[in-house]
Amino acid sequence: MRSGKANAMRAGWSRGIIELRHMLSTPQDLWTFFFFTAILLAVTIFMRGSTVEGTSFSLGSMTLPSILGMSIASGGLTNLTQMLTVEREDGTLLRAKAVPDGMLGYLVGKVVLVSGLTLVNIAALLIPGLFLFSGIATGGVGSWLTFAWVLALGLAACLPLGAILGSMFSNPRMMGLIMFPIMGAVGISGIFYPTSALPEWLQGIAQVLPIYWLGLGMRSALLPDGLSAVEIGHSWRHLETLGVLGLWAAFGLTVAPIVLRRMARRESGSSVAARREKAMQRVT
Amino acid sequence: MTVIEEPDSATRRIRPPEDDTVLDVRDLQMRYGSTDVLTGVTFAARRGEVLGLLGPNGAGKTTTIEILEGFRMRSAGEVSVLGIDPAQGDEAWRARLGVVLQSWRDHGKWRVRELLAHLGTYYTPYATGGARGPWDPDELVSAVGLTEHAHKRVGRLSGGQRRRLDVAIGIVGRPELLFLDEPTVGFDPEARREFHDLVHRLSDDEDTTILLTTHDLDEAEKLADRIVILAGGAIIADGSADELSRRMSTEAEIKWTRDGQRFVHSTLDSTKFVHDLFRQYGEAIGDLEVRRASLEDTYVAMVREHEAGRGTAAVRKFEGATR
Repeated sequence: MRSGKANAMRAGWSRGIIELRHMLSTPQDLWTFFFFTAILLAVTIFMRGSTVEGTSFSLGSMTLPSILGMSIASGGLTNLTQMLTVEREDGTLLRAKAVPDGMLGYLVGKVVLVSGLTLVNIAALLIPGLFLFSGIATGGVGSWLTFAWVLALGLAACLPLGAILGSMFSNPRMMGLIMFPIMGAVGISGIFYPTSALPEWLQGIAQVLPIYWLGLGMRSALLPDGLSAVEIGHSWRHLETLGVLGLWAAFGLTVAPIVLRRMARRESGSSVAARREKAMQRVT
Repeated sequence: MTVIEEPDSATRRIRPPEDDTVLDVRDLQMRYGSTDVLTGVTFAARRGEVLGLLGPNGAGKTTTIEILEGFRMRSAGEVSVLGIDPAQGDEAWRARLGVVLQSWRDHGKWRVRELLAHLGTYYTPYATGGARGPWDPDELVSAVGLTEHAHKRVGRLSGGQRRRLDVAIGIVGRPELLFLDEPTVGFDPEARREFHDLVHRLSDDEDTTILLTTHDLDEAEKLADRIVILAGGAIIADGSADELSRRMSTEAEIKWTRDGQRFVHSTLDSTKFVHDLFRQYGEAIGDLEVRRASLEDTYVAMVREHEAGRGTAAVRKFEGATR
């Protein structure tokens, strides 16, 4: 039924928009959401006084694009992982399964929602950043084109990974297990501290993960060309960025449907009831 | 049509005409590891019928329903739901089913009407392919009595209101077959009555076939055209509430007054007893009341007999009585 699938994708689109509106109009969600964004912005403001080693360029201006790259990765990964585990437990997914093409609509909705949240988050960082920092996006149209493809490819690489992780963990309270490795990855990916200053084996690990390349891609888009001198290989390495993020996207888009289908097949009224029982025991 | 049968004899059963059969389960078996949950379940339902599936906890009711809904794979047996094996059911098949799930806290930020309108859109493309297409959201909201709360957030509804919303979500696609798993838990008496009216409306006006599980036997007696009792992984009884109570030799209770005194007597043959009573005392008898065993009495007696290991023997006895 082709029309059923096309219809479900449209329904998923409106589902994502509705849920985005819900989140942006719920004070509690806004607070948890923008609290972190505000902290990140504050960190970069404190870095404004320092300069990048060996240059006169502001360290704050250098960190802002890196943080944008990190936000794409963490937004795609952690938001989607968290939503999937929570909504599996509370029965949202089972409800989607009981509706024709509901799982497709649900997934499209989540992709729209998480992408939308990431865009809002990036705008919240970037728009004040443009006024607060100098030397950002001086390359004109070229800057924004690079920005756009890094953003799109970054989401394509990270959203399926979030879906895979979200299908693997059935307990929302296991999120800590996912958060720590992500924080570790942020630590070595040159977001706050240059990767080139790390031991070689750590550099190697960082360059396998998408966060490093998202940070690099955003720096290449928004910073003056001269600053590529402080990067590994003294270059923005666009081809490599395209390659690594592309591979992650291809891997994720291949594996995610298999894992998601397997996870969905296992959902039933009794499995949701069993998880509810467990969660209730934790509450009391 | 209504026959109480041996748990393991599918062949002797009298079946409804094939074209009218919405649900057909034959010798359904389910095994988890080395535990047999269902050992051979056989029953059927006709279009527009309300079928009550009763049974003690752990009897396999939920497992049975989940297999029929296509949410769980069976170990053996034949199952046909709307003419299709649920294990192979596609989305067009799903569009003809309604499932009322137990809710918890999903969609808490959505508003009632908004959620029903959204879920309805998934059914639209299937309206031509056999399914009947979704309810109008406003009509649906009013059918389940939530008009006042149409723009409330789902998370702010009371328990009973949430349950009505669950029912609304279950029927949003105007299903031909509706699964109701303990639908009235947490309803106050008024909500319960309104819900019963809705069930009657769905089965009478919309010709919806309904499979209902409940622990409220009074409710089952009111709603179900036919009762199927599942115990120990098999069907131990199948028939209307009336037929079951008549066949299970539970005693009727007779109350009367004579000369200002109250009398109570329990007997198997209430008609003969009352006849004798009037012949002996004539007009001196007042306030006569004959209460046949309720479904609850019958159910408890049947399950107890089954659990005592005499299930098969007892069932044979009923079968003899029908001939």
